Parts: sequence; structure tokens; C-alpha cells
Amino acid sequence: MTPFEQIAFAVLILSSALCLYRVGRGPTAPDRTVAIDILGTLVVGFCCLMAWRTGRDYYITIAIAWALISFVGTLALAKYLEGRSYDA
Amino acid sequence: MLEQIAMWIMGVGLAFDLFGCIGLVRLPDVYNRAQAATKCVTLGTCMILLGVALRAFGAPDGAMAVKALLCAAFVLLTSPVAAHAVCRGAYLSGVKLWEGSVEDSFSERAEEIRQEQTTEGSVDREETETA
Repeated sequence: MTPFEQIAFAVLILSSALCLYRVGRGPTAPDRTVAIDILGTLVVGFCCLMAWRTGRDYYITIAIAWALISFVGTLALAKYLEGRSYDA
Repeated sequence: MLEQIAMWIMGVGLAFDLFGCIGLVRLPDVYNRAQAATKCVTLGTCMILLGVALRAFGAPDGAMAVKALLCAAFVLLTSPVAAHAVCRGAYLSGVKLWEGSVEDSFSERAEEIRQEQTTEGSVDREETETA
């Protein structure tokens, strides 16, 4: 691992730790939902760094799938917060 | 040379990620946190993807570069929409603004939406507000 990769992974892990702090602390449900959404975007960043480090392109495929599924999950949670039925 | 530029772009993106997450911890209410974190982390992740794409353009196979750009486009489209939906849900579920907030443009429209929902009678508002 080059120093650049070490620093990059350290920064992303620190960012994820801050997100997890907000997921645990709350204080309301939307706080946790926003933090989980941000965590999903950070995981996309992790996938990119793995693609950078290994030079394999399937990590980017994982990142695309993760971004889409995280989006759908967050929208479902937002609908739940709004208090509406899911098919409206 | 191309790799050097890609590393600089990724470094700036990582800094944006970190500052966005600091904002997520430090700011006072849901709406502030959502806007700080969403904007910074979206841009930061897009810049990381751009860096990966830039290095992959120099490599023999360009598939990785195209995939990375596609993923950047997805993140750029979906992340603000998700944050908008969550903030709307937060407002309609009754989360209060920070006491230092100066403007609340959504309050009238939110009232209309609540009345529409009660006339539809499809949802029990009391239950979601106490939850």
C-alpha cells in the first residue's frame, strides 16, 4: 500500500466513524436516515479506492449497484417518515 | 503525470468527504446536517470517481473509466434527491427547526399537505407524530 492509499483509507474510515456516531446518537429518526444515506455514498468511495488499489473494474460495478440500492432504500425510509403509503 | 493529477483530484474529494462528515456531527438540526453532508459527500465521492476514471483512461482497458463516470452520474443524480425526500419526510413528520433558523418557507405548503392527507383519511397522523 502506498502512503497515498493509506491516507485515503484512513480519511474514509474516519468519515465513516463520524457517520456512525450520528447514526448512534440520533436524536431523531431522520438524523439516522440521513447518516445512513451518507454512509452509503461513502461506501461507493471505498469501492473506488479498492478499484484504484487493485486495478480491477468489478469494484466499480459494485459501487454502481450499491449507489442505486442505497437510493431506493433511502426513498423507502423517507416515505415511511412522511407517513404515507408506499404506492402513493 | 496523469496519475499525479488523478491523485490530486482524489485528495480534494477525500477532504470534501471528511468535511461533510464533520458537518454531519457538528451542525445543530436535521436540515442543516442533511444539506452540509449531502452536498459535500456527493461532490467528494464524484471527485474520487473522477480520479479513478482519469487513471483508467491511461490504462489499456477503458471500461473502468466509463463505469466510473457512469457511477459518478448516478451518485450526482440520486444523492440530492434522496436527501430532499428525507428532509421533506422529516418536516412532515414534525421534526422542529433549530431555534436559530431565520426562515421557514415550507410551513404553508406543509400545512396544505397535512390537510390533504387528513381528508384522504388513508393515514393516521397521530400515530406517526408520536412515534
